[in-house]
Amino acid sequence: MPADASRPGTGLFHRWEGLILILLVAVTTWASLGVDGFANSSNVSFLLLDVTEIALMALTMTLVIVAAEIDLSVASTLGLSCAVLGWLWNAGLPIEAIMPICLVAGALCGALNGYLVTRLGLPSLAVTIGTFALYRGLAYVILGDQAVADLPPAYTGLASATLGPIPVMTLLVALLAAGFTAILHFTSLGRAIVALGSNEEAAFFSGIRVKRIRFWLFVASGAMAALASLIFTFRYASARADNGSGLELAVIAAVLLGGVSIFGGRGTLPGVLMAVLLLGVVRNALILADVANEVLNFVTGLLLVASVLAPNLGAVWRRRSSPPLEGKSAS
Amino acid sequence: MADTPPVLALRGVSKSFGAVRALREVSLELAAGEAHALAGENGAGKSTLVKILSGVHRPDAGQILLDGEPVEFHGPADAQAAGVAVIYQEPTLFPDLSVAENIFMGSQPRGTLGRIDRRAMRAQAVALFDRLGVPLDPDRPARGLSIADQQLVEIAKALSRAARVLIMDEPTAALSGNEVARLFGVARSLREQGCAILFISHRLDEIFDLCRRVTTLRDGGYVASDLISAITPDDLVRRMVGRDLDALFPKQDAAFGEVALQVRRLTREGVFTDVSFEVRRGEIVALAGLVGAGRSEVARAVFGVDRWDAGSVEVAGRRLKPGSPSAAMDLGLALVPEDRRQQGLVMELSIERNIALAGLGEVRRGPLISRVAERVRAADWAQRLQLKHRSLSDAVDVLSGGNQQKVVLAKWLARKPAVLIVDEPTRGIDVGTKAEVHRLLSELAVGGIAVLMISSELPEVLGMADRVLVMHEGRLVAEIPREDATEETVMAAATGRPAGGGA
Ligand SMILES: Nc1ncnc2c1ncn2[C@@H]1O[C@H](COP(=O)(O)OP(=O)(O)OP(=O)(O)O)[C@@H](O)[C@H]1O
Ligand SMILES: [Mg+2]
Repeated sequence: MPADASRPGTGLFHRWEGLILILLVAVTTWASLGVDGFANSSNVSFLLLDVTEIALMALTMTLVIVAAEIDLSVASTLGLSCAVLGWLWNAGLPIEAIMPICLVAGALCGALNGYLVTRLGLPSLAVTIGTFALYRGLAYVILGDQAVADLPPAYTGLASATLGPIPVMTLLVALLAAGFTAILHFTSLGRAIVALGSNEEAAFFSGIRVKRIRFWLFVASGAMAALASLIFTFRYASARADNGSGLELAVIAAVLLGGVSIFGGRGTLPGVLMAVLLLGVVRNALILADVANEVLNFVTGLLLVASVLAPNLGAVWRRRSSPPLEGKSAS
Repeated sequence: MADTPPVLALRGVSKSFGAVRALREVSLELAAGEAHALAGENGAGKSTLVKILSGVHRPDAGQILLDGEPVEFHGPADAQAAGVAVIYQEPTLFPDLSVAENIFMGSQPRGTLGRIDRRAMRAQAVALFDRLGVPLDPDRPARGLSIADQQLVEIAKALSRAARVLIMDEPTAALSGNEVARLFGVARSLREQGCAILFISHRLDEIFDLCRRVTTLRDGGYVASDLISAITPDDLVRRMVGRDLDALFPKQDAAFGEVALQVRRLTREGVFTDVSFEVRRGEIVALAGLVGAGRSEVARAVFGVDRWDAGSVEVAGRRLKPGSPSAAMDLGLALVPEDRRQQGLVMELSIERNIALAGLGEVRRGPLISRVAERVRAADWAQRLQLKHRSLSDAVDVLSGGNQQKVVLAKWLARKPAVLIVDEPTRGIDVGTKAEVHRLLSELAVGGIAVLMISSELPEVLGMADRVLVMHEGRLVAEIPREDATEETVMAAATGRPAGGGA
């Protein structure tokens, strides 16, 4: 085994990512052969389109979790942004003006999270559970339970347009994924994120602006949720306050299944993207195979649990089995 | 006397980690009532040997003998049951439990119905501290105890379990002079009570002071076991290094330039008060004092890790923004921190990435990190500091303690700072490399860098410093030029006794 392969936090590809890739190929092959209607181009387009929002939010979520934080409010931010869109559209603003406003609103949601976490020193888990409820609640305040559906066809069309079997939005995802992969794995910002997620104090002593980076990660997460909200709204041609509710679990599950350590400091974006696809393929195949909804939920739940457990099992096991003194020994 | 077998012995023990052969057929005998030193350079295998004796690692080959009988330790619990206790440099107590509760953790005296008998526990703790001759309060919480006191609690814990073998892996590295003396007092009385002691230190004088025998390792191999009375420190160094060492403190005289670091009336409430000093280019200024005098805190504030309440810091005439290490680094400041595991290194990251971490801007080509630049930077410094490692892409947590310290030094020296603050730069570093680090600091000074060195080792302070500043209880109490700096003058100021002359 090459020295680089097994070590956390350094290379692009580790054993875990290899496992996900094999699983992805296996499940896809099984579905293509065994599930009617899986391997045709319209289903492929549908599948890819269906994971767009999850994939986008997983990009920023990966950075956030590698930095040893978490953002549970992404789906609520998405909902809030949808509500803002619907409300302003009803008020008669042009959609080109509304979209940047939504992005700013998402960024502001992220900024509030970031402020509470970095300035007031509150744990992000608690903060974003709070804003999870807050932002969704705000969405209802803004839009109530109406659905705004008369959105401009130019945009609703674009949101589900395809080039061959590939949706245009997937190209956008690919572009952003390439950018985020470069950031996490090949830039000094990425190095800093990994370092601060692994040992915040040592990162701070190394001149890394720990708080600033964390703050902007939350802002990015919020803005990305807003971007996802635009695609979501146009794709379903419906802006509602409850858009995307529950999506945060799918995003976090994909990130953890992709091999990102819930303790921070470790994880790769290729792994996460493959996990997003894997979860998408499984869901899609099971739906096509007419699996009962309860079973579908069960399997999805199982994958969620597995995704949380498996990649971190090694870490948990190491923690528990190493005698407390060993790690602290002087030399 | 004649034929009692050693309490604990290793015979032909080998241990490898992957391709690294940490121990090769090492033998060692610990006799009751005897203090035995284990010497060797960084990475020689000392801690690995300790971990085998304490059941953390299992040997690949060879035997552990308890009272002459082969035993196998399947884990630390087995070793403890056999009467082997280990004191590490940084003990791990439960901070919110009382001292007595910590001592009896897992083996509390029981009363009726199996309830923990607090009164018995307390009485036994008092008896233990009496036996050790140290006045520790068994009722106070462990939080806030000095490292030295925590070690004593660990020793009391070992005693409460009737430990027959006490192993101490670099216990003195973070202790001040008095605390070392107290620890040695305790060790001697244990020795007299029939305990076997295994002692590891990079300070030769401590080995010669405490121990009767010394076993030397080099590169994982057994070199020799000698009676201390039969060898000199030079002999011991030769056994460790395999050759003669040059003078230990090759301090060169440098020409002083303009003031590089100017600290004026710096105050952080409750921590240090009204600290003013300057360091010129080419000068090495030592900050001496007892552990807890506030030296590291001053360094942390100057570097921006902590905020200060009043005063100012200037680097080369430019005022420093408080509370920002990155601003300090932009002005050419570097701090090699006190605690390498917490503050110096990201343990899971590789050697090269740790070295690059403080200079990410310098290993960048365009917007991206250049792996080549990163590798070259690390390789250069690994060689200059004689880092003992397998591959630069190995995580730093597999390095020996001293070699981890070298990585921290490399990380900061690679930045080519204008003002270098080093906090205990040679803690845990072996004699040979210590001389190397001193040579390096001296060279840096000659090259025009201003060096502020915090050190608890008086020989280091006296050997290296052009000027010695002494702190006592958060205040700067003396400034002693090189000519007047002696053990007496520095210690007098450090302990707050009025010195003969000024201050
Ligand atoms: N868990 C491990 N995995 C891989 N290599 C290891 C591990 N533990 C120790 N080593 C290697 O074994 C060798 C001996 O290390 P050890 O910690 O015993 O040295 P030491 O004599 O205690 O040094 P120091 O004086 O610096 O504390 C080193 O080369 C070290 O890198
Ligand atoms: Mg060691």
